[in-house]
Amino acid sequence: MNELVGTGRLVRLILRRDRVLMPLWVVWIAIIPIGYVASINGLFPTAAGRQTYADESAHNAGFVALYGRLFGSSLGELVAWRAGFIPVAIGLFTILTVIRHTRMEEETGRRELLGATVVGRYAGLAAAVLTTCVANLVLGALVALGLMSQDLPAAGSWALGLEFAAAGWMFAALAAVVAQLTASARSARSIAIVVLAATYVLRLAGDISAIGSGAVSWLSWLSPIGWVQRIRPYGGDRWWPLALAVGVTAVLVWVAVALSARRDVGSGLLASRPGPASAGAGLRSPLALAWRLHRGLLLGWAVGFALLGIVFGGVAKSVGDMAQDNQTFADIVARVGGTAGVIDSDLAGSIGILGLIAAAYAIQATLKLRDEETSGHAEPVLSTATGRLRWAAGHLLFTFLGPAVALLASGLAMGITYGSTAHDVGGQVPRLVAGAMAQLPAVWVLAAIAVLLFGTLPRLSPVGWGALAACLLLFLVGGAVRLDQWVMDISPYTHLPHLPGGEVTATPLVVLTAVAAALAVVGLAGLRRRDMPTP
Amino acid sequence: MTEAIRTEGLVKTFGRTRALDGLEMSVHTGEVHGFLGPNGAGKTTTIRILLGLTRADAGTAQLLGGNPWSDATALHRRLAYVPGDVTLWPNLTGGEVIDLLGRMRGGLDKQRRADLLERFDLDPRKKGRAYSKGNRQKVALIAALASDVELLVLDEPTSGLDPLMEEVFREAIRDEQRRGDRTVLLSSHILSEVEALCDRITIIRDGRAVETGSLADMRHLTRTSIRAELSAPADGLAALPGVHHLHAEDGKVSFDVDTEALDSALRQLTAVGVRSLVSQPPTLEELFLRLYDRKGEAAPRGSGAGAEVAR
Repeated sequence: MNELVGTGRLVRLILRRDRVLMPLWVVWIAIIPIGYVASINGLFPTAAGRQTYADESAHNAGFVALYGRLFGSSLGELVAWRAGFIPVAIGLFTILTVIRHTRMEEETGRRELLGATVVGRYAGLAAAVLTTCVANLVLGALVALGLMSQDLPAAGSWALGLEFAAAGWMFAALAAVVAQLTASARSARSIAIVVLAATYVLRLAGDISAIGSGAVSWLSWLSPIGWVQRIRPYGGDRWWPLALAVGVTAVLVWVAVALSARRDVGSGLLASRPGPASAGAGLRSPLALAWRLHRGLLLGWAVGFALLGIVFGGVAKSVGDMAQDNQTFADIVARVGGTAGVIDSDLAGSIGILGLIAAAYAIQATLKLRDEETSGHAEPVLSTATGRLRWAAGHLLFTFLGPAVALLASGLAMGITYGSTAHDVGGQVPRLVAGAMAQLPAVWVLAAIAVLLFGTLPRLSPVGWGALAACLLLFLVGGAVRLDQWVMDISPYTHLPHLPGGEVTATPLVVLTAVAAALAVVGLAGLRRRDMPTP
Repeated sequence: MTEAIRTEGLVKTFGRTRALDGLEMSVHTGEVHGFLGPNGAGKTTTIRILLGLTRADAGTAQLLGGNPWSDATALHRRLAYVPGDVTLWPNLTGGEVIDLLGRMRGGLDKQRRADLLERFDLDPRKKGRAYSKGNRQKVALIAALASDVELLVLDEPTSGLDPLMEEVFREAIRDEQRRGDRTVLLSSHILSEVEALCDRITIIRDGRAVETGSLADMRHLTRTSIRAELSAPADGLAALPGVHHLHAEDGKVSFDVDTEALDSALRQLTAVGVRSLVSQPPTLEELFLRLYDRKGEAAPRGSGAGAEVAR
């Protein structure tokens, strides 16, 4: 057990360093399902109402894609189903936390400093995984207790809480493995997030197949997110998927330990290759540097968006088919303007989700500026004949145009996949590309908020994520809780046209773009005036 | 004589900390100017103001005849900077960083780049994340030294270099000195380095310049230590003004003497009869330690330090 000496102290160090961040995400995520209880109760006070809603939702491909499959109509089941996206959010925060306390520590050399004290070989890894797993358990307990306080059955509440915790455990162990592979924390984060996205897409493809032909429904079984959802809280409370999750966690932790024993501190298993001895002719401006720093990110987001576009586009047709099979559903369909109307509103909903995700990219690209200045990378550049605005402009080009590229990719992919099922590629591509691009003004507003913070209150730059979280919260629960319109109006996304199918007026798009431009200009003016931080 | 850098009454505060407290400094064109002070004395803050990365709260700074804040971009074409703690982009190679920084400054001497790479023994094909601290430092040094600029601003540039590379660095700076038209501001706390390279020195403490001038000037302001073997006891020595720390034992004496009292003290010794004599000028280290020793004595700010220089 010598290898684990000092784990306790390292756990305390992690808790000290994350004393704000960790409680924040744990509580924030735990509140969401508790909020669903009130909102679903408010919308469907009777069992009959819930039954109708469940019947429609269980076969709605868009909903199944987003949340997973629905098998019952009790309040608890609806809450658990609505919370189907939460394991992904948990996975994301878990991955970021584990990488931050393992590979990041090694890359910055802090691990070396600690490693020379009385700290066992695996103590760092153990502390990071242990702390994150306990955080996930606390999250699960909060969810369970919160739902029980809303008079939901105890067994089901604990099942849902443990479903979340188990998802967190598996991704914590996964991140621990990935942290052994590469020398840079950035690559490790990217790899882990790609795996997370892949598990989501597998779950989504399998579940959608299950409500249709069922040909590839087994895909859900390749996804850890798919497994934990098979616990079916409130609808059977099956515990064996939990055992599966615990087993996978144990195996992954074992793999991480074995890999870590095989390498030196600071190195990764994937070796880094030598590069060019001198710079290519093009690498001569801040813009060229920004391209080098952003191109991987841009490619990743564009590919991710294209994949989501393929999925959303592929699903849309089956929504229309369902409308024809199901009488109750068909009546609703007739009211919203026929089958075409249902498909359009489904596509518009998908595009709305893409718009929110695109803002995450925009904020990430903006925060790269902050990263560059705090890491000391900006200082040598700014001590050349490069002014601050030119330096920032290189990065901001990706902030504002990067999401445009990603949305374009998803619009094209949706247009081609949906167009080919509807035998109308030529007609659908322009409609869906236009619909995706119409999200840009709202994306730009969120990006500009991040620029404003970076320029005027640089220490608060990460609060830009808070703005996105608020918009996401309004999007997810706003309609269900029937918030007042003025609250909904805070989110720039509320003002966007619902495309395809909706009406388009230029005013909101122009106003949002103008607001974004104004915020960004104020941010840049602040950047010109303020001190650059000491790295 | 023209001045490459001049600051007057520079003040910068961070919250309650007063990092710079009326800094006066002047660097002549074409000289290698040592900028000495312990950690936290305000060296890096001064350099960041000179580079336009930070704005001074009060006072004026002039760099190559311009305002470092408002003319930053134009001035930066004429200078190169090496930070004390170099961080490189993890996915760019050292060679790429050297070229990029050189180009953004306005040009790089290809021949000199190749020459420096060889002298500093740096592999330019490695990625930024793979370099050790010393090698990262070399990347920034080569980028700066290979640029065709009037002013080099070096902030503790040799931290992390091994003694061999430290010697290569000194050689490179001496080359600059011989060219005669380049000004170098060398911030350091490695006293032997400053002593070996610098024409003039500014020593700062708590954000103020406490000494400035050539090393010879500074020595003049302080004491020489003398050890001598005498034929007979030297009785008059203790009574002489300007003689300190006198120890006499078995015909051997040792004492420190102020420069202005040196002549009379030596006359006293020769009058008695000198068998052997060792005289040691104060090293920069002693100067430095003495300046910082006084910290506890609550030297009156403003008059005390200034008077020391003017004496």
